[in-house]
Amino acid sequence: MNMQTDARTEEQAEFISLMAGGQGYCIEVTKVREIRRWSPVTTLPHAPDCLLGVMNLRGAVIPVLDLALRLGLDRTALTARHVVLIVSAGERTVGLLVDSVSDILRVPRTAIQGTPTLSGADMRLIQGMIALNGEALRVLNMQAVAPTMAEVAA
Amino acid sequence: MTDELRDTFFAESEDLLAAMGEGLAAMSDGTAETETMHAVFRAVHSIKGAAGAFALSDVVSFAHSFETVLDAIRSDRLVPDADVMRLLQRSGDILADLLEAARDGRSDPPEALGAILEALEELAGGEDLAEEDFVFEPMGLGMSFLADDAPAQPKLFRLHFRPSRQFFHNGHEPANLFAALSDLGEVTVACDTTGLPRLEVIDLEESYLAWSLTLETEAGEDQVRDVFAFVEDLCDLEVEEMPRFAMGILPLIDLPEATDTAAEDVPAEEPQAAPAPTPTTPPVSVPTPPTVKEAPRPTLRVDLDRVDRLINSVGELIINQAVIAQKVAEAGLPPSSGLAAQVEDLSLLARDIQEGVMLIRAQPVKPLFQRMARVVREAADATGKQVDLVTEGEDTEVDRTVVEGLADPLTHMVRNAIDHGIESPDDRIATGKASAGRLLLTASHVSGNVRIVIKDDGAGLNRERIQATAVRKGLIPADAVLSDSEIDNLLFLPGFSTAASVTSLSGRGVGMDVARTAITALGGRISITSRPGEGTTFIISLPLTLAVLDGLIVAVADQPMIVPAAAVLETIRPSSRDFLDLGQGERVLNLRGTHVPIVDVASVLGYGPVVDPSQAIVVLVRTGEDTRAALAISGISDKRQVVIKSLRGNVGTVPGISAATILGDGKVALILDPDTLVGMAARRRDLHSITTFEAGHEHAD
Amino acid sequence: MISVLAIDDSRTIRELLRRALETAGMQVTTADDGVLGVSAFAGEAFDAVITDINMPNMDGFGVIEAIRAGDRNKRVPILVLTTETGPELRARARTAGATGWLTKPFDETALVSTLKRVTGTI
Repeated sequence: MNMQTDARTEEQAEFISLMAGGQGYCIEVTKVREIRRWSPVTTLPHAPDCLLGVMNLRGAVIPVLDLALRLGLDRTALTARHVVLIVSAGERTVGLLVDSVSDILRVPRTAIQGTPTLSGADMRLIQGMIALNGEALRVLNMQAVAPTMAEVAA
Repeated sequence: MTDELRDTFFAESEDLLAAMGEGLAAMSDGTAETETMHAVFRAVHSIKGAAGAFALSDVVSFAHSFETVLDAIRSDRLVPDADVMRLLQRSGDILADLLEAARDGRSDPPEALGAILEALEELAGGEDLAEEDFVFEPMGLGMSFLADDAPAQPKLFRLHFRPSRQFFHNGHEPANLFAALSDLGEVTVACDTTGLPRLEVIDLEESYLAWSLTLETEAGEDQVRDVFAFVEDLCDLEVEEMPRFAMGILPLIDLPEATDTAAEDVPAEEPQAAPAPTPTTPPVSVPTPPTVKEAPRPTLRVDLDRVDRLINSVGELIINQAVIAQKVAEAGLPPSSGLAAQVEDLSLLARDIQEGVMLIRAQPVKPLFQRMARVVREAADATGKQVDLVTEGEDTEVDRTVVEGLADPLTHMVRNAIDHGIESPDDRIATGKASAGRLLLTASHVSGNVRIVIKDDGAGLNRERIQATAVRKGLIPADAVLSDSEIDNLLFLPGFSTAASVTSLSGRGVGMDVARTAITALGGRISITSRPGEGTTFIISLPLTLAVLDGLIVAVADQPMIVPAAAVLETIRPSSRDFLDLGQGERVLNLRGTHVPIVDVASVLGYGPVVDPSQAIVVLVRTGEDTRAALAISGISDKRQVVIKSLRGNVGTVPGISAATILGDGKVALILDPDTLVGMAARRRDLHSITTFEAGHEHAD
Repeated sequence: MISVLAIDDSRTIRELLRRALETAGMQVTTADDGVLGVSAFAGEAFDAVITDINMPNMDGFGVIEAIRAGDRNKRVPILVLTTETGPELRARARTAGATGWLTKPFDETALVSTLKRVTGTI
């Protein structure tokens, strides 16, 4: 990375890193509204697999997605230790079931790279990569991860 | 101009447009009173006036032409016959379009603008449209300080000024005029008191004084005269430019018996400065306002967000109260503690508050119906048909979300009725009908629901063609034997569109299924009846409020769900001999001799295997005007009011489910939509697959 | 402080007037139509009145006539604010007793200076 310090390299972005389906991902902090412990949800009829159901978030009914399943990984085996990340996806609020939340990362915006080497159908779910201590964290694209029910089913 | 002020303007314009539309409608159907015409004129006039402040020149100039014609009518120079009324209605539409465009910052003129404007101008004919050339720049007020063309050389003016009695009556002060003159340059003032009579005969209302002034200024004569613009006819005024002798020499000549006085001394000399009432004119009582025939009740404009926040809080309060009630019940307190009664009181109070708050959001359907008047006009124009729109119950109030949410489905249904229902004038006459079709739009409150009826007196549905279309589109098997009502209801199937006559009007790629989805999303239901040659009727039934619903809490595959109580006819615990086996696993309920289809809710929703009907409880629901279905569920636990939480924003459309609610334990429960459930079950039977149905629903969101 | 009564049935115009005049340090009372205007006038001592002509219940001419026919503050300056520019209207307003007139849309500076002029508070 270029060590030159112009205004742009100074700009920092914060991410929450998390584990889903045994893999590391991260979400921009500004998108995360809160983190809750898993509790059973109300299932929806004819819902796609990854849509676990709906939960009550202080009076609002929001969908909860199994993030691993949504990313094409194995279904999460539910325990009370699992957590639900409440995130904003555009106008909507959704819950994401993940294995665990590990850390808050602060990285320069320039450290986020595009994903030219990734391919596959779910590429649009990842909007970039952060290389950190020799590990690559995938940055989730919230809009694509949390589609409407119709989009998931399509 | 600030945004807030713009908002005020556009909000006010909407109100004025509504008043205008109402007035025009009354004029059209002959129920107009004299005041109606004036109100219409004023509405257009007010829009013009305020639009000028925002330099909306399109709006101003169109409103001006419109207003000129209205003025001709109100002063009996023009007779508002049917043609004129049509033009006025269309003009109202154009004005609304122009305002909408202005609000959205668009500059594209409405299509028909040119033609309508021309027609208005033609009608105005002799009226002086051009006389008042509208100036969109703020007008000068006759006291211009700008003197672009003023020569650098100062001029000397001499003025003779004698105000009339009326001058003082109109609130003018000579001193104020002199002060204005002094803005232009150096002024000297001399008061001529020769006209003053003896003190004892002075009439305090009369004007006795005159003034002579000199003014040395760089301004021209026009500017000097401008100072007197308001008092032109209220005084004798002479202004003459004096030849200059030399700079600084002020020729104070020709003022015999004049008393020199400074401008600021003048008021003290003036008769009208005396405050006491004159003995000659007996005191007149303070003007009392004439009685208004019907004073409008005071209203309060509140930001919608505030109301919605309040509604949300009240919703939470009700949920919270339900939680408390449940906890109290679980605690098993002795009845003597009285706590249960207190909780019950709390619940009643919470309901009261909620009803009160919901009333704030209630609005009459009038604006919605008025919009339909326009849709009718446009559709009739486009199809060359004649249609009389008759509206009833415009003052029926519904939640404003309903008013908004119904606009699209109603528009579609009204267009459909004109496009497909009402026949051309020739065809109508040939079948012995009046050449103009009749479209009835009514709103009313029926047993806790709002009912909206759209009824035409057209040809009725062409059932043969509808069934053929449904077969061709693979929506029903070719050999399906359907009742008339079942055929009519095919219209609501996703993907159905009477393609035989897709016109620019109703065939806009949306069908009745979209209208139905929109109505279902509002918690409502729609049904259809039709008689060949007599017409078609759509009945929309909507809940009064969108926030609460009376529901039966039922168990479906161990999950609590809500059946809207409004749809429930009765609940039955049938014995096994009440079921009739039709073969292939199909069973109907034998209910006092009639057969009602059974819908296994859990299985239709994909929750699990078919419930053994002998163990089931059956909720008999109404699914149409006269059709019923039996929902098989595994238990009923309670009947109570629940707070409706929409799924549309965060989740999307869910087949068979209209919304959700939150129960006393904080869990989400889904609210069943009996109509679509029955449809889903029927399609499982008919097609042995529900894929088509689901595909249709995905696009509906 | 100059206290002005502004009578207009248009909410937008009332708001515009209020802002323009309050910015100029004047005190503004508004009324929604002629009847309300006249009753507001009866209850307070205004330095000037601005009135629209075309209004429900009582028009601007009625307002002027009512004020001029009263015995309290009857010589208050009254400015007519209207979109009409025809000479007949001015003549009528003058006959009724108007002090001056302004044309909508109005220029704030000119409005304020006219008001100061007619109230003698330049």
